[in-house]
Amino acid sequence: MSDLLDILVNQSFWIAVLRIATPLILGTLGVLLCERAGVLNLGIEGILVAGAFTGWLAVHAGAPLWLGVATAAATGAAFGLLHAGLTVGLALSQHVSGLGVTLLATALSYFGYRVRFPKVDTPPTITPFGEMDWIAIPVLAQQTPLTLFALVMVPVIGYMLYRTPVGLAVRMVGENPQAAEGQGVSVAAVRTGAIVAGSALMGVAGSFLTLSAFNAFFFNMVNGRGWICVALVVFASWRPGKALLGALLFAFFDALQLRLQQSGEAALPYQMYLMLPYVLSIVALVLVARKASYPQALMKPYRKGER
Amino acid sequence: MRLEKRHRQSAFALVLAPVGAVAFTMLVSALLVLWAGAPVTRTYGLLLQGGFGSVFALSETLTRAIPLILTGLAATVAFKARLFNIGAEGQLYAGALAAVAVGGLHSGTGFDQVPMPLLFALMMLAAALAGALLLLGPALMKQRLGVDEVVTTLLLNFIVLLLVSMMLDGPMKDPTAMGWPQSVALIGDLELSKLIAQTRVHSGLLWGAGLALGVWALMKYTVLGFDIRAVGANARAAAFAGVPVTRTVALVAMLSGALAGLAGAIEVAGRTGYVTLDMSPGYGYSGIVIAMLAALHPLGVVLASVFVAGVLVGADSMSRAIGVPTYIADVIVAASLISVLVATLLTQYRVRWK
Repeated sequence: MSDLLDILVNQSFWIAVLRIATPLILGTLGVLLCERAGVLNLGIEGILVAGAFTGWLAVHAGAPLWLGVATAAATGAAFGLLHAGLTVGLALSQHVSGLGVTLLATALSYFGYRVRFPKVDTPPTITPFGEMDWIAIPVLAQQTPLTLFALVMVPVIGYMLYRTPVGLAVRMVGENPQAAEGQGVSVAAVRTGAIVAGSALMGVAGSFLTLSAFNAFFFNMVNGRGWICVALVVFASWRPGKALLGALLFAFFDALQLRLQQSGEAALPYQMYLMLPYVLSIVALVLVARKASYPQALMKPYRKGER
Repeated sequence: MRLEKRHRQSAFALVLAPVGAVAFTMLVSALLVLWAGAPVTRTYGLLLQGGFGSVFALSETLTRAIPLILTGLAATVAFKARLFNIGAEGQLYAGALAAVAVGGLHSGTGFDQVPMPLLFALMMLAAALAGALLLLGPALMKQRLGVDEVVTTLLLNFIVLLLVSMMLDGPMKDPTAMGWPQSVALIGDLELSKLIAQTRVHSGLLWGAGLALGVWALMKYTVLGFDIRAVGANARAAAFAGVPVTRTVALVAMLSGALAGLAGAIEVAGRTGYVTLDMSPGYGYSGIVIAMLAALHPLGVVLASVFVAGVLVGADSMSRAIGVPTYIADVIVAASLISVLVATLLTQYRVRWK
């Protein structure tokens, strides 16, 4: 028990929590944006990989770090456009095309990595973002600018969704596309825009892994984070503020299991600790299932003039 | 752009759709081959040769196709009922673990006094049950609580893989493996026989073909098959017409999970002999692609599996010869999935540009 207390009073623990939360915050906001417009985006897992890869590749080729982030965002947006074309333009199954996007984005990234670096044993590295020591707030000062970006995006997305005409349009096409169309809102355009923007956020989330958390690209480095974001959105009842809360809560447990693993007194096999994040995600889904207020038109393809 | 439903679908278009989609994919992937700096025709030639060009190549392709047929069937059955089982990867590993738990762990404890055919049956049953139960949970959570099964089955894949890793470190560790993470081996007599001498093709192929026929017959000729199709077409209408929806979904889950579990057992009994953490390079996920390529037709699954296996095997040998990364195979498979989705849609809808 004192062990646990030792961990919790340690500042480095909270630094880790915020670091682990960052890609989850960005990814969850990305999923949230897509789903609020009525489209499930299971492409996230692959978009994280592609964002991590292309962002890192740009920096490795000599681009400044922020240009790397922009590259990752553009990559995410491109795959988002593909997903939008399939699910909005052609009204295909959102599940299957999302998985298709994930498989394609992952395969392309791995292929690209191997073409550029055919025979490397130790992955090439870059100089990642540094800490923001100009901020006077402890814990935040030890983060990189991308964490600040993620935290700022929460109120930005919240404001956009609830206080602007664009946000109203997004929510409308996600709840009742027929009514939105009746109001003169182009369902296809709004949904496409939301998916592209959300996917760009996912791309940035991926780039955090290679440009902030680590300094290299590894295979399997995303490791299910995308699926966890999809679960977190349900847990957050599609609200940006709660998404932040969910991501932090989740990161808290993830950081805790890492510390408990390292604390030497680990009574259980380490795999049990690693399972915790995935188990918690399922538990969270079950807990909120009864009162989950899904966007009404989520996963319902909309074809103009067809019922 | 507008989509207009076609009044009739031609049978010709239905067959042409996947073929055209794959051809289109190959054309697009050629750009990647060029990027990798290799001549396109030679690369594809080597890929084709490596996958289908000799008895050995064909035998390797068929060997690789066996688990794919089973995971493809698992996806087909589930998707027919609109149960999106993305957890075949985890169910495969669960089946593999169960197979070794029954057929390997107890050698020397008297358990192996059980007659071999009985032990074999028990082993297969355990694997099927492990996969079935693993999917039953998410299916019931979907029906009773409205929890999206896609996310739960995906997350379970990670949990199961960690469980396998735990077992290979602990109770099922092979003490003679010199630290390699692999499980104890199956009792030799439980291994599936080879179909062709000097190759790795094993009688799992017959299991796969037999189960494909079985699933096809089930879908076409039984009440359960009818219920599955009804639930998939429109669950609310099916319920209104008296179809027991929850029971049907539960049965579909058991069937789908069992097929994926058997994939694991058959891999262990037919190819590896024990469980490792890398025994499946994503067979569970490829199964979904195969089901879509086959347009959810159980017999088409066999063909699609041979195609995907051929690409995977061919890419391995092509990569060794000419240096284009093997990931080209994954790109081709993923892009085929997307193209076939679009192509199938075009058989049902007409695009009106105006």
